[in-house]
Amino acid sequence: MLRSRTFRAKILSVNRLSDFTLPGFFLVVAATLAASEIVVREPARPGPVRITYWEKWTGFEGDAMRKVVDDFNKSQNRIFVQLLTVSNVQNKTMLATSAGIPPDVAGIFSSNVAQFVDDRAVTMLDDFCREAGIGPEDYKPVYWNAVTYRGHVWALPSTPATTALHFNTAMMRRAGLDPSRPPSTIEELSAMADRMVQKDAAGRIRVAGFLPAEPGWWNWAWGYFFGGRLWDGKGRITANSPENVRAFEWVQSFPKKYGPNEVQTFRSGFGNFSSPQNAFMSEKVAMVLQGVWMYNFISMYNPELEWAAAPFPHPADRPDLARTTIAEADVLIIPRGAKHPREAFEFIRYVNSRKGMETLCLLQRKNSPLTDVSEEFWRRHPNPYIRLFDSLAASPNAVGTPKLGIWAEYSAELNNAFEEIGLLRKTPKEALDAVTARMQPKLEQYLKRLELREKAEGWK
Amino acid sequence: MRIRKERLTGYLFAMPWFIGFAVFLAYPLVASIYFSFCDYSVLKKPVFIGLDNYRELFSDEVFWITVKNTAIYAALSLPAGMVTALALAMLLNAKVPGTTFFRTVFFLPSLVPMVSLAVLWLWILNGEHGILNEVLRMVGIQGPNWLGDPAWSKPALVVLGVWGVGNAVLIYLAGLQDVPTSLVEAAELDGASAWQKTRHVTIPMISPVILFNLIMGIIGTLQVFTVPYVMFPGGSPARSTYFYAMYLFDNAFLYNKMGYASAMGWIMFLAIFALTMLSLKLSERHVHYGGGGTA
Repeated sequence: MLRSRTFRAKILSVNRLSDFTLPGFFLVVAATLAASEIVVREPARPGPVRITYWEKWTGFEGDAMRKVVDDFNKSQNRIFVQLLTVSNVQNKTMLATSAGIPPDVAGIFSSNVAQFVDDRAVTMLDDFCREAGIGPEDYKPVYWNAVTYRGHVWALPSTPATTALHFNTAMMRRAGLDPSRPPSTIEELSAMADRMVQKDAAGRIRVAGFLPAEPGWWNWAWGYFFGGRLWDGKGRITANSPENVRAFEWVQSFPKKYGPNEVQTFRSGFGNFSSPQNAFMSEKVAMVLQGVWMYNFISMYNPELEWAAAPFPHPADRPDLARTTIAEADVLIIPRGAKHPREAFEFIRYVNSRKGMETLCLLQRKNSPLTDVSEEFWRRHPNPYIRLFDSLAASPNAVGTPKLGIWAEYSAELNNAFEEIGLLRKTPKEALDAVTARMQPKLEQYLKRLELREKAEGWK
Repeated sequence: MRIRKERLTGYLFAMPWFIGFAVFLAYPLVASIYFSFCDYSVLKKPVFIGLDNYRELFSDEVFWITVKNTAIYAALSLPAGMVTALALAMLLNAKVPGTTFFRTVFFLPSLVPMVSLAVLWLWILNGEHGILNEVLRMVGIQGPNWLGDPAWSKPALVVLGVWGVGNAVLIYLAGLQDVPTSLVEAAELDGASAWQKTRHVTIPMISPVILFNLIMGIIGTLQVFTVPYVMFPGGSPARSTYFYAMYLFDNAFLYNKMGYASAMGWIMFLAIFALTMLSLKLSERHVHYGGGGTA
């Protein structure tokens, strides 16, 4: 007993140093990390205020923003913007904000604004805008509307977009159609689409004229083209309104005519959007609803493609719905808890100046959200249809994503309904009734909890 | 004094792990119990709402769809994976030349990262250009649109799951190599056929390993997430591949309903715990632990 004790004591004393080596090592590492954090933070160092800016873009779109950031950094010496490309930026911004370490500026989508505001994840820009003299008169109404919510300004646009019908003129000619007369009504669109369909001997679709499921980004939006709305702006979900049902009936007419499995199998052969195997670029689908950015991808992957763009058709009995377009925007926000909101707004303001905005929109080949557009912008813009996209933004039928805090969930439901009617598993009425029945109580619960919270925490 | 010092040293050594455990596991675990009783969006302070989340879950149609999908997937995938893994392990245990080579070959797919695996299989299973349908066409079968047809999307995932049995094979192999040759030889002397040797000697001897793989399989299949999340956005087509863990993730990070998601997490935990207990109970009579002396 005694022997073993002394033995152990001996071991301990011999190895006393090494006993503490490992914990000591961890201590040193921790201390180094802490020290580096303090050094990196550079609290009182003279020089420009550094602000961080998270943005989703990569490729030429990322380069375009980098150019604007560089221009801004060179234009003055008080603020230095550090641009960081961040994937899935809306989620990461949300999480960083909840952790109290958000970037000073973040580039999210206009469709995220309502959720961010309801979660109090953004800084209100009313005062900043007033000081800077920025107001609704500076923007096309649909884009100003996209950055305001509950009567306040929460974001400013970075680049906007509108959508239009893109059609393959060569394929129209081959089908015996006049490419100078694109469809102006939904009925004409369907008839032309039917004339362009080609099937092989086994009955498999080889070429389609138009498919509502392509590209599948606005499955929820077809109701807009028939005059429908997804909620009444107060407390009622209107997914199953007659207009929306009519839209989904039109959507379902395609799998009904061509066969649901045939359409599915045909679509599974399409490559990624941003690739030469894109359905429109590889001449598999002759007409698609696409945004102002489509020109870039055509010139990148199939510059030989013969195409044109026109406003998306309206139902023949609803001429008042002519020039309906989905108008959305990429927007810049200052997350709640950002360290340098004033400097962040300086930068946002620069992006929203005519010079900054036109540099960005020219390089990204988009339209400008501003009312004041220079002649040079038009002259230098490579997209031959830029004036169409720009004028669509001013259309009274330009519509955006519903400003709903539960939009992510609502759009998932609509997407599912879209798939179910595409597979002929439900009628449009059944599918949309189900969406309404599911979302109405969710909306009520959401609004009630929001109200309770606002009362409890004293929000306005 | 020495002892105290020794203890201190021990704690110091254990500290990095202990801090990590407390901060990254214990706290979130305990907090998520509380959050499951709250309206909590991460950004706003949690507000206690009692059992509302649980009540809402049980009347949530999509919740039940994901429960059903996950149960069907587990019921198909678990036996398929276990039988394939055991059969492969037995073949790879045979004493023939080149076994090490084949062992490596069959283990390789398990090393492929999940996301790459999903992207690879997206092309193999493609309804129009997929190699699987191309092969089926050669033998005169018109293959289905695996990814677009709700009737085939789950079987497609099961086929894909079998691809990754390498880990289970490895564990079986270790078990098989522990089967005492004396027992096999004794059976041989008694004139047992190959099937009888497998049925009455090998399988009982590796039954603890089978049980282990069963429990790991239950846990793995009920939590299936990465591959379907990459391959079937939103659980398409028509939510036929919308699994429990995907709905949980969407609630937590897409809809910002962290309280609701926490409740889902705890229901999942209880379900897996119950199933594990059940399999332990049911297997009592069938699992033989060597060395303990009792069967």
